[in-house]
Amino acid sequence: MSFLNNYIYYIGAFGLILIGLYIILVKRNLIKVIVGLGIVDTGVNLFLISVGYITKGTAPIFSRPGIDSEDMVDPVPQALVLTAIVIGVAVLALALSLAIRLYQHYGTLNLRKIREQKW
Amino acid sequence: MRRIVSILLLVIVALGISLSLAKIPFGTPKTKVGRHYIDEGIKETGATNIVTSVVVSYRGFDTLGEVTILFIASIGLGAVLSTFGEKTVRDIEPASLVLSTGCRVLFPLILIFGSFVFIHGHLTPGGGFQGGAIIASGFLLIYLGCRERRISQLAFNLSESLGGLVFVVIGLFGLVLGGYFLSNFLPKGTVNTLFSAGIIPIIYIAIGFKVGSELAGIIDNLIEES
Repeated sequence: MSFLNNYIYYIGAFGLILIGLYIILVKRNLIKVIVGLGIVDTGVNLFLISVGYITKGTAPIFSRPGIDSEDMVDPVPQALVLTAIVIGVAVLALALSLAIRLYQHYGTLNLRKIREQKW
Repeated sequence: MRRIVSILLLVIVALGISLSLAKIPFGTPKTKVGRHYIDEGIKETGATNIVTSVVVSYRGFDTLGEVTILFIASIGLGAVLSTFGEKTVRDIEPASLVLSTGCRVLFPLILIFGSFVFIHGHLTPGGGFQGGAIIASGFLLIYLGCRERRISQLAFNLSESLGGLVFVVIGLFGLVLGGYFLSNFLPKGTVNTLFSAGIIPIIYIAIGFKVGSELAGIIDNLIEES
């Protein structure tokens, strides 16, 4: 039980990352590869947040006077993930636009049929 | 074949990760710098939301870089999807009365909520990135609901450039007046009031405008393509 308590967040986050990597490596449809990239992105964000978590911690915001600062979680990973989420959306949109252009050029999204792709 | 090789590769990666993660205990304080930000953050920056003070003040230069990545991604999307004169005008069926009226009622409310989130970024949960995303969702509602409406690309570009310019100019002012880039040269004011924390709300409002117009521009480009 304590093993689950200690590691379940890491297992979840890296499970998402490995699932995304598997999709990127195996799937041949470009849209599915982009979906895999999105899943990896989510897993990395989850992992960063769970590294910064402190047991029974609260958000690092002094929204009213008299809040105990002892049990606040680490604000640095939250600040990193905050920007990474928005950047992830923009990068996914860029990848989708490249997929649109590739489809218009080659008439297919299959990475094997797009001839520049060797494997 | 490829499937087996990639599964083997992932198993090796997972083994390496689990060996290194076993030494990182979950739920314990790990960094001294986070502790310092929580203990001294209000005194040093005047913002009660410590995450905001980390994003805009302590790691402000890093945020400038991240905003630049966002800018480059949106520019790249515009460049990839740009079409030269071959715009096909498709006849769009206008949305029903209920849908368009609902959009028109909801859109200003979403804008107000988004601006509230980024104006109060230094006091409450929220900030420029979140508020910008909320505003972009309002534009997405307009594009999906009132499909004959188009918002001019020029306005997006204008507010986007203005947001970036305000960020950089305030940083340079800090360099001149305070000695280093993005130094907090304005008075910090009373903690927990709207006009406090010096340059943090101004920069976060600029980021809000920039992120909102960039994400809305991305939505605009993608919808024009479909």
